[in-house]
Amino acid sequence: MTSFVSVENLSVRFHAAKPVHAVNGVSFDLAEGEVLGLLGESGSGKSVTLRALMRLHPDKVTRYGGAVRVDGQDVLGMAPAALESFRGKTCAMVFQDPILAFDPVYSLGRQITETILRHEPVDQATARARALELLERVQVPSARRRYDAYPHEVSGGMRQRAMIALALACRPKLLLADEPTTALDATVQIQVLLLLRELQKEMGMSVIFVTHDIGVATEISDRLAVMYGGRIVEQGPLAEVMRDPRHPYTRGLLASTVTGGMRGRRLEAIPGMPPDLTLLPPGCAFAPRCGLAGDDCRAAVPPLAATGRRQIACIRAEAPCAPA
Amino acid sequence: MSLVLHKPAADRGGPAQPLLIVGGLRKHFPIRGGLLGRNRGAVHAVDGVGFQVGKGEILGVVGESGCGKSTMARLLARLIEPDGGEVIFDGDGVGAADGISIRDLRRDLQLVFQDSFASLNPRMTIEDSVAFGPRIQGLSAAEAMRVAHDMLGRVGLEPSRFGGRYPHELSGGQRQRVNIARTLATRPRLVILDEAVSALDKSVQAQVLNLLLDLKAELNLTYIFISHDLNVVQYISDRVLVMYLGQVVEIGPVDSLYRDARHPYTRALLSAVPSVDPERRTRHSPLTGDPPSPVNPPPGCRFRQRCPHARAVCAAALPEPVEIAPGHRAACFMADPASGYDSSPTEGGR
Amino acid sequence: MSVTGLATSSPAPLAASAVRSHGYWSGVGRRILRDPVTVGCGAILLLIAAAAVLAPWILPADPYRTSMLHRLAPLGSAGHLLGADELGRDMVARLVYGGRLSLMLGTLPVALAFVIGGAIGVLAGFAGGWLNMVIMRSLDVFYAFPSVLLAVAISGALGSGMSNSIIALTVVFVPQISRVAESVTTQVRGLDYVEAARMSGASAFTIIRAHVLGNVMGPIFVYATGLVSVSMILGSGLSFLGLGVKPPEPEWGLMLTTLRSAIYVNPLVAALPGAMIFVTSMCFNLMADGIRSAMDMKA
Repeated sequence: MTSFVSVENLSVRFHAAKPVHAVNGVSFDLAEGEVLGLLGESGSGKSVTLRALMRLHPDKVTRYGGAVRVDGQDVLGMAPAALESFRGKTCAMVFQDPILAFDPVYSLGRQITETILRHEPVDQATARARALELLERVQVPSARRRYDAYPHEVSGGMRQRAMIALALACRPKLLLADEPTTALDATVQIQVLLLLRELQKEMGMSVIFVTHDIGVATEISDRLAVMYGGRIVEQGPLAEVMRDPRHPYTRGLLASTVTGGMRGRRLEAIPGMPPDLTLLPPGCAFAPRCGLAGDDCRAAVPPLAATGRRQIACIRAEAPCAPA
Repeated sequence: MSLVLHKPAADRGGPAQPLLIVGGLRKHFPIRGGLLGRNRGAVHAVDGVGFQVGKGEILGVVGESGCGKSTMARLLARLIEPDGGEVIFDGDGVGAADGISIRDLRRDLQLVFQDSFASLNPRMTIEDSVAFGPRIQGLSAAEAMRVAHDMLGRVGLEPSRFGGRYPHELSGGQRQRVNIARTLATRPRLVILDEAVSALDKSVQAQVLNLLLDLKAELNLTYIFISHDLNVVQYISDRVLVMYLGQVVEIGPVDSLYRDARHPYTRALLSAVPSVDPERRTRHSPLTGDPPSPVNPPPGCRFRQRCPHARAVCAAALPEPVEIAPGHRAACFMADPASGYDSSPTEGGR
Repeated sequence: MSVTGLATSSPAPLAASAVRSHGYWSGVGRRILRDPVTVGCGAILLLIAAAAVLAPWILPADPYRTSMLHRLAPLGSAGHLLGADELGRDMVARLVYGGRLSLMLGTLPVALAFVIGGAIGVLAGFAGGWLNMVIMRSLDVFYAFPSVLLAVAISGALGSGMSNSIIALTVVFVPQISRVAESVTTQVRGLDYVEAARMSGASAFTIIRAHVLGNVMGPIFVYATGLVSVSMILGSGLSFLGLGVKPPEPEWGLMLTTLRSAIYVNPLVAALPGAMIFVTSMCFNLMADGIRSAMDMKA
């Protein structure tokens, strides 16, 4: 059985005065119709990984390593023409800031129509009808009127919905979402999350959802991959990772995230700060902040080792809590 | 320590006097358009806001974008002039003839902003930035620097290592620590934190929250903590104020408000918080649509267009806050038995 | 050559990198020194300036001495390395001496306008409100005229002569620099650190001195550097029209006028003053670009 998306030992390096090691050997698989949450803080490499799946980084300054296969196609080795049809048709992306995804001089509806026309052999009227249908599907109220609205004329939540419609225009098999709800207000964020969950089920898409927010990841993912210093440090089914985090970083992250019942307790913050990607330590990137770290942790990068459905990159990973 | 030179202003009103009393605070930003700059309406950024903050208390302020929480912070700090209302600081009317001058108010009240980078002068070393306030208050250069070093030490940045650095040489969390040090160097009594931890990574956010609580105890501070993150507000606040389109819709002790929210907006806001329990994901969105713009809001309750319980009475008048539990008030007709609100499921009669 | 006379003044503040509060500027200095184009342009300008200042000591020929024998002597003639002009005066001497007036016409009006316009703009930008409106709208009146026309009109009204040219050019540049100063100040004024300074109770004057000036000087300075070449060309233009420097004073623009008629006889000699204007203004422009990118602060 081959998986729908397979990423093997992906590395992304940016050339600058000091080379930035943004992603350092990331591997994961994704089945059709599965939702993977990529959880991490700033500089963890989560967004860079996501963009690498569509080869969106500027070719000039980016050096890729490893392999990315989506639906049987080799993304990193693709010819430019193939890449163009791959983007949008097989794989689409929604961003944090929808204003960047739209051209300000065309109406929202027209841009969706154009996208359909570019990828599919349909006539103008059909494409337009489908664009309208999409706008209605993503719960844009009075879609017919909003079809002719320009990006700056609608609210942030509405723009975000229109961008989802744009991404789904050609029924992609893989949707990449880069913090699409982070900039939204709380009451709008939950609407967009529920909408994405619904559309994913309905269309049977695979989704990779990048976020820094554990709550958001919990609402949307089937499986969770936690990233730190450009590597996946822990991966597994959402409920298992949340109930029983094993990697010290995942534990620390969950403990330091403020949730309902923590009032009156002192927060267990992780000391120190995220690593400098131009200057990664030779061993585990989390070792400088980790209470369990020993010399062996600093000597070599711990491999992502599988136990059951879980994978943990820690040589001191604690034994599982007694399972229920 | 060396802060003997530099004490905070004395407690003037005694422990029972609320540190801050705000009443009817109002700010409308006119929208001008056309050739002659005709007035085309106004953004009702803050519209009749009133509350109190007790000494040593943390008041959390929550609301969505455009609810006026940042404008309120700037009004309280008098960075912008209010159109109306009164602010009483420790018993003295701010700007009143027999009260406290704006200049003296700024001695006692400080602001921490969200953007840690924009809050620091990029051409100043951080020790100079922190020393600036004490220097303005009349300390000598050497004394001001001593205060700055003491404050940097308190926020966990060793002055000998970090003092000479520039803002761009620090991480976001470190910069926000510098901002806190800068704010506290003038020994304020009230600190307004406007989304001060929102831009930080969770692991760093926890460090800064711990620091804020430590400093509050150590330096006898009072906080107004403005945030869109309901979890953080619940964690840190003693009382919570909920704003919607420039008005207070609910205010109360944190436990009472989170357990028994009475305004439909507060309830929607609370149930919109993403779940961290995979077994109990959110099933239904509490509200549909986006928050409306604060330009020329309609009469009556401002939430009624999004409110699932809206009735005719809600359009007729603005609901006044009513007390539900001790110190817990909500501005909703449903909470007020005398309002004539018809709780039958269909549209109420005329 | 003997560049030492001028060279001491500029690198001195940069050398103070050990002092922490100069850290930003020493960083800018280091980045400028790493950029070969900026360094090259700076060196050429220093050379021209040094030659102009030291002209009486380093030049054997007299720029005023005419000679009918050598009229329009070609490049490389004996005793006249770059030929001679329509009155037989040595071109090397005239170009070097001409640099004195031309450079002064280039830099002095800009320096004056930098101080005056910068002050007006920072004031208007920091004050905001109606004061800003009044100041900026009155300056806009000057904007209604093309700068060449404005310079010609003012120096026409004041009468010809070096100092009147400088006044005219200063008046042309003040509104332009004010406008840039006003817009960067308005930006900086809205930043949180200026609000924070207001919160600490500092007076407007203290805030401008401590927090605004340092952050607006850079962009204004860079803009002004770019104006030097414009000023030189406008100044030369005024001389060309007979409104600026009077013959027989050597000045590049004026030389270009008087040699105009010789363009068919000895085009290379006739083009020399133009080449000097071109090279100098080009160097100022490239240097302005280099300084601008060196001052970019990483966010």
